[in-house]
Amino acid sequence: MAASIHGTKPLRIAALFHARRIVRKSAKAAFRLIPKKAKASSIVFWVVIAFLFAPLFVLILYSFNASRSGEWAGFSLVWYKKLFLESPELWRAFKNSLAIALSSAAMATVLGTLAAVGTARYSFKLKSYVATMSFIPMILPEIVVGVSLLVFFAGIGLKLGMISVWIAHTTFNIPFVYLLVSARLEESDPTVVEAARDLGASELQTLFKVVIPMALPGVASAFLTAVTLSLEDFVITFFVSGPGATTLPLYIYSMIRFGLSPVVNALSAVMVAGTVLLVYPMRNFLKVFASN
Amino acid sequence: MKKNYGTAYAAPQALWLTVFFAAPLLIIIAYSFLKKGLYGGVELEFSLRAYTDMANPTLLRVALKTLWVSLAATVATILIALPCGYSVARSQNQAIRLFLVIVPFWTNFLVRIYAWIAILGNEGFLNQALRFLGFRPEGYQFLYNQGAVILVLVYMYLPYAILPLFSTIDKFDFTLLEAARDLGASRMQSYIKVMLPNIRGGVVTAVLFTFIPIFGAYAVPLLIGGKDSYMLGNVIADQVTKTRNWPLAAAISMTVTLITAIAVFLFALKKPKEHLEVADVDPASIGHDLLVSKVRVKTMHKKGGER
Repeated sequence: MAASIHGTKPLRIAALFHARRIVRKSAKAAFRLIPKKAKASSIVFWVVIAFLFAPLFVLILYSFNASRSGEWAGFSLVWYKKLFLESPELWRAFKNSLAIALSSAAMATVLGTLAAVGTARYSFKLKSYVATMSFIPMILPEIVVGVSLLVFFAGIGLKLGMISVWIAHTTFNIPFVYLLVSARLEESDPTVVEAARDLGASELQTLFKVVIPMALPGVASAFLTAVTLSLEDFVITFFVSGPGATTLPLYIYSMIRFGLSPVVNALSAVMVAGTVLLVYPMRNFLKVFASN
Repeated sequence: MKKNYGTAYAAPQALWLTVFFAAPLLIIIAYSFLKKGLYGGVELEFSLRAYTDMANPTLLRVALKTLWVSLAATVATILIALPCGYSVARSQNQAIRLFLVIVPFWTNFLVRIYAWIAILGNEGFLNQALRFLGFRPEGYQFLYNQGAVILVLVYMYLPYAILPLFSTIDKFDFTLLEAARDLGASRMQSYIKVMLPNIRGGVVTAVLFTFIPIFGAYAVPLLIGGKDSYMLGNVIADQVTKTRNWPLAAAISMTVTLITAIAVFLFALKKPKEHLEVADVDPASIGHDLLVSKVRVKTMHKKGGER
């Protein structure tokens, strides 16, 4: 068929015209997809979204590739099988990550919440010190925090391992907890607390029955933030981690250093899916956030 | 008279941050003025050697390159993020658009770097695609150069810039743009002269969110750039873990910290110019705004629920 079209000149010209018409038509159709009042900023936005998602799609595509190399060799679930059934080290790293995330977030939440309650309700000598100390870690490059902690741990003779990672993660989580809970307490009504005190509640009763319940949404979001920051951290952990304390990011890093690894593709696909499943149900909260 | 429990509440956190944050930082400062130990560590002897060592041409070149890469990546990120933030703010369904920005943002940092290796690598997606289309079968070297580092840095930090820009632009009164247009300003003029001064706080936040982490970048130049694209962060790491010259590592850390601090103060605390009256921002409040919005960005998807 193809040979006969290309063989005779008039037919070739006709085919060319036909092709041009198809191109023109589909261009028009594509153009119609852009809403009439589309603004330049909107076009930039969608291009950026494509840019942000393209790498993730490539990873997901590769995770189903039967071949180890970049060449497509057919659909396969072999890397998922490897990931879930034959990667005990990876899951150990995942467990380490989870343990450190939960424990460091818990510690940071306790310390940060108490400090936030203290600074919100009282004025005292340490107040500006606490505020400053909660500000500086956030604007310092991570590498400086990591190196200084490494040097510190070496100085006091603490062996690098789970404990040192836990200390480091608690340290970088505290400022976030402190600020989130402070912001929440600022919005709540101070007269309620005073009323509780006037009606004879002790300081501890006020704390546990009035102040903390009022600040609970802030405390909860602070805890979750701390968990995610801890799960995500690579640079600081890289410096303060030791044998037996490999976290998931560190494990991924070591796999990447050995070149492309299809198991990482499968893991990445699972993590991207997890992120989508986590964020999508919250899309309406995003709107609430956006409107205020 | 109620008793003041403030100190009791704040003491545990203050103690923790003093021991595990302030003390390590002070040790780093002290180390930068000490003599290097024979096998790593330091000797207790005052020395400015670390600072004179920093003046060597190789290190200066790395420092300049770091500054150039950070500035280029920051400028590119902000210029791309501005229309994006604007578009999200003006959109009918902000929730979906925010969702689309946040998914890549919440995807693990290393996974995103790895994705770019899978695309740009010698056997990567791009080379496979080009080969398929009949280009050079031996492929092209896309990784391991400064362009790739800047590209990936922009990719990594775009959401950090879009989110704070969105939240300030969202609060901007768009009727001001119409007023400017009615008074004869062109579209571009109305954006630059009316909107930009009003969203200054968001721009400042976005610049700091991108500049600070990029300036101290470690993983991206290491994995995407390779040895020739090392930035100051990589030099610090090598001095700590390989060369074991701790005073030098400390001195470079101090320099990075100092430059970051200068950036924060120059940028966040600079008074807006007199003629930008619409834009009058309280300089003192910017520092606070910066913190709050930094927390917001990190927690955006959770924060919304409580209000």
